[in-house]
Amino acid sequence: MAGDMQSARGTSRLYQGKGPWLLLPAWAVIGIFLLLPVCLIVVYSFLTKEFHGGVIPEPSLAAYDQFFFDRGIFGDDPPRIEWNYIEIYLLSFLQAGLATLFCLVIGLPSAWYIATRPIRLRQMLILVITVPYWVNLLIRTISLKFLIRDEGPMNAFLQWTGLLDHPLHLVNTSYAVQLGLFYSYLPFMVLPIFASAERFDIALSEASADLYSTKWQTFRLITLPTIWPGVVAGSILVFVPSLGAFLAPNLLGGAKTYMIGSLIDEQFKGAAGNWPFGAAAATILMSVVLVVLILNARSQIKLKGAG
Amino acid sequence: MKQTRISLLALGIVALSGGGALAEGDVALYNWGEYIEPEILIRFEAETGIHVTMDTYDSNEAMLASLKAGKLGQYDLAIPGDYMVDIMRNEGMLDTFEPSDLTNFGNILPQYIDVPFDPGRHSTIPYLTGTTSFAVDRNKFKGDINSLALLFNPPEELKGKINVLDAQNDVLALASMYLGIPQCTSDRDQLRALNDMLQNAKKDWASFGSDNSREVLVSGDVTLSMTWSGYSARARDEGANVEWAYPKEGYIMWMDNVVLLKDAPNRENALKFMNFLLEPEIGAANTNYAKYAPVLKGEKPFLDEKIANAPESNPPADHPGTFVQSCSEEVQVVYDKIWANLKK
Amino acid sequence: MRRSGLRDMPGFAQIFGLCVFLLYTPLIVIAVYSFNASSSITIWSGFTLDWYKEVFTGIDSQKYRDAAVNSLLVAVIASALSTVMALAAAVGMLRAGSFRGRSISFGLIGLPLLVPEIVTAVASLIFFSFLGLSGSFLTVLIAHTVFCIPFAYLPISARMQDIPDLYETAATDLYATKWQAFRLILLPMLLPGIVSGYLLSFIVSLDDFLITNFVKGNGFETLPTVIFGAVRTGIRPNIMAMSSLLLLISIVLVLLSYLIGRQGREKFRI
Repeated sequence: MAGDMQSARGTSRLYQGKGPWLLLPAWAVIGIFLLLPVCLIVVYSFLTKEFHGGVIPEPSLAAYDQFFFDRGIFGDDPPRIEWNYIEIYLLSFLQAGLATLFCLVIGLPSAWYIATRPIRLRQMLILVITVPYWVNLLIRTISLKFLIRDEGPMNAFLQWTGLLDHPLHLVNTSYAVQLGLFYSYLPFMVLPIFASAERFDIALSEASADLYSTKWQTFRLITLPTIWPGVVAGSILVFVPSLGAFLAPNLLGGAKTYMIGSLIDEQFKGAAGNWPFGAAAATILMSVVLVVLILNARSQIKLKGAG
Repeated sequence: MKQTRISLLALGIVALSGGGALAEGDVALYNWGEYIEPEILIRFEAETGIHVTMDTYDSNEAMLASLKAGKLGQYDLAIPGDYMVDIMRNEGMLDTFEPSDLTNFGNILPQYIDVPFDPGRHSTIPYLTGTTSFAVDRNKFKGDINSLALLFNPPEELKGKINVLDAQNDVLALASMYLGIPQCTSDRDQLRALNDMLQNAKKDWASFGSDNSREVLVSGDVTLSMTWSGYSARARDEGANVEWAYPKEGYIMWMDNVVLLKDAPNRENALKFMNFLLEPEIGAANTNYAKYAPVLKGEKPFLDEKIANAPESNPPADHPGTFVQSCSEEVQVVYDKIWANLKK
Repeated sequence: MRRSGLRDMPGFAQIFGLCVFLLYTPLIVIAVYSFNASSSITIWSGFTLDWYKEVFTGIDSQKYRDAAVNSLLVAVIASALSTVMALAAAVGMLRAGSFRGRSISFGLIGLPLLVPEIVTAVASLIFFSFLGLSGSFLTVLIAHTVFCIPFAYLPISARMQDIPDLYETAATDLYATKWQAFRLILLPMLLPGIVSGYLLSFIVSLDDFLITNFVKGNGFETLPTVIFGAVRTGIRPNIMAMSSLLLLISIVLVLLSYLIGRQGREKFRI
């Protein structure tokens, strides 16, 4: 399979045998300064909780029990399946998925538009997209909230134009959370797509256009496949951070429903102080996403092998 | 306020030009962000030659977590709230001193010396105090605001117009007061009632939010916001017509304290800094800066009139607030469940 | 070059316009309210320059300036380091055939992305304390470099997947060394990916609060830690003023580089 790969899709064996060496710096830095600490956290999830944070080094499955089983508020009812946390996870995945979709809908055409401008303009436009993100996320989110308030500028404008006769209620709804996530992560979608859309052999699509395909046919059949790696990369960069986001849900959504980010946050820096449970919740999240990522990488490699 | 600032600066300059401000080492302070009048640090260094380095946190629990994760031993002083002092003592994070080590100890208001979380003050000195209840927009709600029922069983016109602090301890403490049950009760029926009451109240709440609990009042997004007294005073400054409630069922009194940490690298300097903070003029500068209530005798002449006279700074003497307690582990587990149920 | 019809997909320009509109509207609010006399961002109560004065001459101005410098320094260095490592990693993943642990490597590179921030924060602090590293510029830099790697890696590898190796193979067939082939062929072609990766790492580093707050030491502040810390008293408009200034400076720089570049020859394409 993977061993028979040809040079399709930019993979090649030009540096055959050097792979591990080239990966070494990234492996080393992430391995030492993240993987080791994270392993510690995974171990913590199997230990006994210490009151007010910290762990006691005695093995325990209490954290996972708490995640999957409901034993009532006093902890002595017969165990039932605990749906709370599973629901929080599903809801977070749904929110992140929708955010990714919206970023794609706006981000892909924007990236394509930028990539097809003349070179100087292109450089400037890509900066135009990133410069707003020099302002702190908290400040931007506060400002966004101000804009979409019931009596805020957006509603005033919509009512002035006569499009609406009563304010659109967004603040403290999941629509506001969506908007916040979209706004937080948009360039994470635009930049990778731009990177792969900025093609040096645009002649290919021009040839297709010359052959009287419609613009959309060309876009779908020629362009989309070439920018696909960028779409995948952008989707990962929007989806995964959205899962753990806490500013948008808290500030714009009113924090009435836990998302994964605030649930885990609360265990380490909230009154609960339940490190093993926070660690278990994080371990479950990481395992799910990691499996998806690795499967994705494998299927890509297989695809290339077949091609 | 301007005047205090200027006089402080003038004093600082005098002290500087008086010489003697040689490097006498550091004192490491772990503090909330934007929670100390910057001129105090300048003046302290000018007078003693000791430089104050500062690190900041954004919640009591975040401070506890980072001390537990390895930062203990890097700081001399921290500024936890009342219940957190208890927790930190139980964790063995506090050092002790003799009140006689601090020449200004006598400046502390007498009612703040024998506090439940540090009777006699052997590890802490008071920093600032305030109350936690709720503020109501008087343009929109004209009724009586003297009861916690407004928060937990609101009248029709307040439904969906309420913001609640995103803080487990504070919400459960107020809820207990509303039900007339003791804080940290271990009685199962009472805990069940607490859980049911909160579940029922949640549907009338618009949002949970702490940092933005002031802004939502000013903007008019909500009519009632559970918040800290200083935020209510600031909301009024910013043009909101708010009234601060001292509900008849009770309200929370809180107090931030400067604590001497275990393994403090500069213990002597830390004590000097604590003593410095107990000077009335310094205390007043901080009170003016943070807009909470004073903890020292003799601060009055230095206080901004607006702050000294604000209803938020003057709780009714015959109806004092109650400190939040830190619960036993058994009760805390149930509290966590109740909170998780509320936030699911 | 001849203009292709594909350059102008119908509606794409409008969507791009919408995108820019969405991105900049909140910033206009920030800029306007940085001149607001009240310290609230929802009530307008008159024009003032006080907040700008405070940024330059206020008693805290030194602290904010230091924090801004720290933030920029960490962001510039951390994103440079992570981009270099990501580039090497991308070549290793896509140009070196297959080897054991290749798909696991992808998981490892993506790991910083999927560990929740608070977990990275607590775990790193425990780990640094264990190593005896007390919080400093160095610990912040290490932490930022680590979590920036996937943000640099993904645009670069997306770009590299679009580049068949025949150009490099042709060059090596013509007796170019591998290093020359890399430097003269692959690197220029990869530039859009590298620039994208660098910019993404940069803004991610600039925005980080939670991890920085845990691993930074006493007396070291970045802009987010200064801004987020203010919970006891609330955020004040001097932050708005500073953000607007930062924005203004970066917009001026972008425009300048565009205008200067227009006069120069189009030597390189990114």
